[in-house]
Amino acid sequence: MSTNAQMLERFSVSPGRRRKDRIARNSIMLATAIALVPLALIIYYLLSKGLGSWSVDFFTTDPTGNTFFASSSIGGIKSAILGTIEIVALASALAVPLGLGVAVWLVEYGKSSRFAQTVRFFVDVLTGVPSIMFGLFIYIALIVGTGSSYAAYKGAFALALLMLPVVTRSAEVVLLLVPGSLRESALALGAAALEVIFRIVLPTAAPGLVTGVLLAVARAAGETAPLLFTAGATLKTNFNLSGFMNSLPMQIYTDVTSPTTAVVNRAWGAALTLVVMILLLNLVARLLARRSSLG
Amino acid sequence: MESASLTGGGHASLERSQLARLPDRALRYGLTALAASILALIVYFFVKLVGEAGPAFSKFGVLGFTFDNNWNVSANEFGALPLLVGTLITSGLALLIGVPVAVATALYVTELCPLRIRGPVTVLIELLAAVPSVVYGLWGIFFLAPKLQPAEQWVADRLSFVPFIGGGVVTIPNYFITGLVLAIMILPIVSSISREVMSTVPSDHKEAALGLGATRWEMIRTAVLPYCRSGITGAAMLGLGRAIGETIAVTILVGDAPVLGGHLFGQGYSLAAAIANEFGEAQGLHRSALFAAGLVLFVLTLLVNVIARLLVMRASRTGTPKRSAGTSGETDALAGAAAGA
Repeated sequence: MSTNAQMLERFSVSPGRRRKDRIARNSIMLATAIALVPLALIIYYLLSKGLGSWSVDFFTTDPTGNTFFASSSIGGIKSAILGTIEIVALASALAVPLGLGVAVWLVEYGKSSRFAQTVRFFVDVLTGVPSIMFGLFIYIALIVGTGSSYAAYKGAFALALLMLPVVTRSAEVVLLLVPGSLRESALALGAAALEVIFRIVLPTAAPGLVTGVLLAVARAAGETAPLLFTAGATLKTNFNLSGFMNSLPMQIYTDVTSPTTAVVNRAWGAALTLVVMILLLNLVARLLARRSSLG
Repeated sequence: MESASLTGGGHASLERSQLARLPDRALRYGLTALAASILALIVYFFVKLVGEAGPAFSKFGVLGFTFDNNWNVSANEFGALPLLVGTLITSGLALLIGVPVAVATALYVTELCPLRIRGPVTVLIELLAAVPSVVYGLWGIFFLAPKLQPAEQWVADRLSFVPFIGGGVVTIPNYFITGLVLAIMILPIVSSISREVMSTVPSDHKEAALGLGATRWEMIRTAVLPYCRSGITGAAMLGLGRAIGETIAVTILVGDAPVLGGHLFGQGYSLAAAIANEFGEAQGLHRSALFAAGLVLFVLTLLVNVIARLLVMRASRTGTPKRSAGTSGETDALAGAAAGA
C-alpha cells in the first residue's frame, strides 16, 4: 500500500501544477457558462414580455400610429408581419438564383483561376460590409436623382445584396462536396454540361443548398438597417411592392423609442414574433443539414 | 464507302452539334458574366459613394472631416471624430469582453467538454447569432442597461480618480452598455471560427503534450493556443469588423449624442448610428457628410475584414488538409449564418 502511494507520489503531477490546471479548466467552463447567460436572459425576457402582448387582435390589426391614448388603440403588427414576408420573399427570389449561379460558376467553371479567386475575395468583402451600407448603396443607386422615394422592392434589393454572399459562400461549400466521380460518370454517359449541372450536381447538393438558403433568409428577416432608407416604414398593410412597406424589425425599431409602455410592449411582442420566425427557419435548416446525403 | 459512312456517322453521333452546344455555352458565359457583375456592382457602389461623399470631403478635407471633433448639424459643420471614436471605443470594448469569453467557449467545446454536451453547447452559442440586432437593442435598453446602472455607478464612483472611466454621471444609454451588448453579438462568430481553427490542431501535437505528462491546461497552453494564434487573431478581427459595422443595436444603446463622451459610462455616438439616426432627415451637405461617414465606415470595415480573412486563411492553410466533409460543410454554413448577427 505504502509503496503504491509512494509510486503515485513520484509520478503524479505536482500539487501546484494540478491546482493551476484545475483553475484554468474551471475558468474556461465558467466563461462558457457566462456566455450562455445572455441567451437565457434574452429568451426569458422575450417570453415574459412578449407573450403578454400576444393576442388574436395583435396579429390581425395594423398598428394605428396612435401612441398617446389607451393601450387598446395602438393596434397590432399585421402589416409588419406581412411586410417582412413580402420583402424577404422578393429578396430571396433575387438573391437565391444569383447567389447559386455565382456558386455554380465558382465550383464548375472558375475553380482556382485568378478571376475566380478575385470573385471569391469580393464575395467575402460583401460578407463583411456593414448592413447599413447596403441600404445606402441602394439609396444611391435607386433613390438619389430619380425623384422617387422609398419602396418595398428597394428594401428587398438591399436585403438581396446582404443575402447574396451568404448564399454563395454556403452553396460553394456544399457544391464542392458533390463527388467529382458523379460529374465524370454523367459526362462519360454523354450528358451535356448543362445536364450535369441541373440534373446531377444541383439535385445531389439540394438539401445542403436549401440549408444555406434558409440561413440566409433567416438572417435577412432580422435586419433593420438596410430597410431604414429603402423600404421606409408605414402603418397600413400593403401589397404594392412599389409603396412604403412596414416590416417587423422596423416596427420594433420605431416602437423602442416610444415613451408609452403599451407601445414598448408591442415591440416585445413583435420581437418575440420575429425571433420565433427566425428560429423556425434555423430549425428547418438544421434538420435538413442533418438529413443531407452529403454529410 | 459504306464503312466510311458508318464510322463517319458514328463520329457524328458522338459529337454534339453546334446548336446542341449552344445552351452549354450560354450557361458558361452567363454565369461568368454574373460573377463579373458582382465585381462591377461593388466598384459601381464604391464610386457612387465617393461621389456622394464628395461635397463633404471637399468642404472639410478628407482628414479634416475624419478627425475634427465637431459634429454640429445645426451649424452645418461636420467633423466625424466623435463618431469614429465612439465606433472604436464600443467595438474595442466588445473585443475586450467578447474575445476571451468566445475563445474560452471554443476551448471548452473542442478540448474539455464531454462529447455528449458538445453539440448542445455549440447550438446554444450559435443561437445568439440568430437573435436580430434590433432585439438586442430592445433587450439592452429595457433590461440590461437599467439593471446594470447601479453597478456602473458604483464602479464610476470608486474609480472616480481614473480618467475616462470614473467620476461622471452614469446615463442609461452609454458606451459601456453598447460594448457589452456588442460583445454578446460578436461572441458566436468569434467562437465558431476559433472552434474551426482549433479543430485543425493535429492530434499528434496534443497527444505528444499529454504523453510528456502535461496536464490538460498545459496541453492547451503549449500545443493548442500557439498553433491557433493567427487563426484566433483573425477570428477576433472578424468580430471587430462585425462590431464596427453594427448599426441598430448601437443606435439604440449608445445614446446618439454627437460629442466625445467624457467617460466610459457617458453617452456617445458611432459612425453607423449617426447614419441610421440622421440620414432620414438629412439634406444637402449634411447628407453628403453622412455618406462620407459611411465611406469612412466602409473603408474601416474593409481593412479589418481583409486582414482578418488573410489571417484565418493562413491559419486554416497550415492546418490539416481537409476535415471530414460533413462537418466542414455544416460549420461553414453556420459560420455564414453566424456572420448574420
